[in-house]
Amino acid sequence: MTEPVLSVRELRVWYGTEHGPARAVDGVTFDLRPGEVLGLVGESGCGKSTLGRGVLGLLPRGAHLDGEVIYQDRNLVEASAREIQRLRGPELGLIFQEPLTRLNPLLRISEHFEETLKAHEPDLPKGEAKHRSIEVLRAMGIPPTRYRAYPHEFSGGMRQRIMIALALVLRPAFVVADEPTTALDVLVEAQIIGILADLRRNFDTSLLFITHNLGIVAEACDRVAVMYAGRIVEQGPVNDVFARPQHPYTQELLRSTISLSTTGLHYIPGAPPDLINPPSGCRFHPRCPKAMQVCPQRFPERVPVGPQTVECWLHGPDELMPDGGREILVREEITVADEA
Amino acid sequence: MEMRDLEVHFDLRSSALARLLGSAGETVKAVDGVNVLLRRGEVLGLVGESGSGKTTLGRALLGLVRPTSGQIRYGADDLASLPQRRLRVLRRRLQMVFQDPHAALNPTMDLRTAIGHPLRIHGLVSSRAEARDRVIDALERVGLTPAHQFLDKLPAELSGGQKQRAVIARAIICGPELLVADEPISMLDMSVRAKILELMLDLKRELDLTYVYITHDLATAKFFCDRVAIMYLGRVVELGPTEEIFADPKHPYTRALLGAVPDPDPERRVPRDLPRGEIPDAAAPPHGCSFHPRCPLAFEPCGWEARDLRAMFERRWTRLGEDVFANEQPLVAALDDVKVGDGTARIRVPSNRQVSELAGLMEEAQAETPDDPLWRGVVGVETDDDTVVVRFHEGSDPGLLRSGGVDVACHLHDPRLRPEGAERRG
Repeated sequence: MTEPVLSVRELRVWYGTEHGPARAVDGVTFDLRPGEVLGLVGESGCGKSTLGRGVLGLLPRGAHLDGEVIYQDRNLVEASAREIQRLRGPELGLIFQEPLTRLNPLLRISEHFEETLKAHEPDLPKGEAKHRSIEVLRAMGIPPTRYRAYPHEFSGGMRQRIMIALALVLRPAFVVADEPTTALDVLVEAQIIGILADLRRNFDTSLLFITHNLGIVAEACDRVAVMYAGRIVEQGPVNDVFARPQHPYTQELLRSTISLSTTGLHYIPGAPPDLINPPSGCRFHPRCPKAMQVCPQRFPERVPVGPQTVECWLHGPDELMPDGGREILVREEITVADEA
Repeated sequence: MEMRDLEVHFDLRSSALARLLGSAGETVKAVDGVNVLLRRGEVLGLVGESGSGKTTLGRALLGLVRPTSGQIRYGADDLASLPQRRLRVLRRRLQMVFQDPHAALNPTMDLRTAIGHPLRIHGLVSSRAEARDRVIDALERVGLTPAHQFLDKLPAELSGGQKQRAVIARAIICGPELLVADEPISMLDMSVRAKILELMLDLKRELDLTYVYITHDLATAKFFCDRVAIMYLGRVVELGPTEEIFADPKHPYTRALLGAVPDPDPERRVPRDLPRGEIPDAAAPPHGCSFHPRCPLAFEPCGWEARDLRAMFERRWTRLGEDVFANEQPLVAALDDVKVGDGTARIRVPSNRQVSELAGLMEEAQAETPDDPLWRGVVGVETDDDTVVVRFHEGSDPGLLRSGGVDVACHLHDPRLRPEGAERRG
């Protein structure tokens, strides 16, 4: 097995709020291997965007970061702002959610690219910068005729491709894509997913793909990490997780997704928990159809189940299970008043 | 209730500044000749990408935008020409659920006021107590119980799903017949979407509602709608019972849309054939069938024009790179000036280049992509002095035609135009 590009160990991110610290990311561990696409899914407020930004050191002031993000033998959590600043761009890239607001309307596409290259690779000759930019744009399906156009002359899908090209022109080893297709239409979305899935072949870039759409994960990712209330509750190869989900949350999430083969409606009762004062033990237990006595009492361990890793007492470990822990937990009635 | 929408033709003017400067302005045909019959008690889906005109059509149905021409029959009235004052009375019966529940509620208005607002506007209640009772009833209907707890809440205190329930409560409080729901669940989390859809289905049964469901999400449309109208660039391209359209999509655009839906089941994943490009500029729509520049099955009568030739060169340069682009672009620079709907492209070669170069380039381009549907549309390429002339087949605009149980606007399904073996090609 090749060395991971990025190793995240027990990463925690807190935000200070009036009511106490909100634990947006609370002990997350994962690896990203070269050329791999890791999907990060979860409902809004589960901490997936915070995680993506935390990895890149792009958190707002007032956020506290703890744990390890190992990139090229360096722990980015402890790195100075200046050091991370230097890595961002040529090593670590970010693709934003809304392409419409991320390009400067007063600059031509060519200027966006040439400025980016100049900032990070000042020794690059001008002709070479242009050549490289056009090549990356071509790979994203933007014709060379449009190189000198302004952002407003492009459609939303084209702008997102330009954003992707802009992140890739510096050839980063690792890119975070935060809901890159959310604002786009189905057909354009499918085109962009295709492009992102091809990245590993054409650019050898590893990708952390943040989305709430399970269908997209199935299409574009090699592995998936399912996040709930700041924790990764299940991770593993996409095909295994989707075919045999092991965590009840993953199972419920898959069941409640409406796809073309949906014949009945299903949903998860209740709402994601408050991150300031999360439920004790397993955070999913108040909504979990399979909750047991042990679930609110003890934090679940990370257990390997086949190729997956799951945080759920259903999968043990048995030696830590207290007496009577497997008894069914009687749940409180969940009303609409608590729903998401 | 029966609402007959004979033909809504609606267009937009360009910016106020352009008009001030005296230019006529471009016309955007947001909804361009649509015929849809809405039956009582059904759920009609308007499905399409952004820019397809589905939202505009939905709003026109409620009289929120004025159609330029055409009629919207509702009972004995024509909503398209009814004066504003009479429309307002009718709006009691015609309500809308908006896409973004966070923006659809006034942040400073508590739910009691917000949901009871329509009652006051239409003068349906005589006392505060009566209004309160009606609001409580509406809250209970949408599942915001216990209702008295929600009466004094502000939108900021609600979750996304709860806000959308409140928006629905406001829409049903006057006892409407028709609800136009514009992407009511697209802003919500996966785990809540199903709940809101279920609520809408329950309400439909209890209150005998008719829905127009506007969406770009085919999966929910398939589940939720009785009939769907697939829209592209202001036109309905396919219309029929949901089951039939999803089982056997006829229009190439419908097929493309269906093929693009990501499926979470890894077993069902299929390699996909996506149409190239994106939805074109509505101010200058393609000649003939609007979908032909992207359609993999387009053939002779689909409306080929000089702009398609330019698009072909752009695709070629995107594939072959900067050097080819630098060499060929000056040769066909004349294509930059083509007009909308030009059936003939006259490409004058610059004085420092040879006309034979361009003729050779045309042959090379065709040899490189012989399967590009564009070549089916070319009648002939001739050389005339320093100009290369490319002639295209005459195109026509496909209208909705009956095909099986659905209506479809595509020449492939027109027996008079359909080439031999076209069915197989699909």
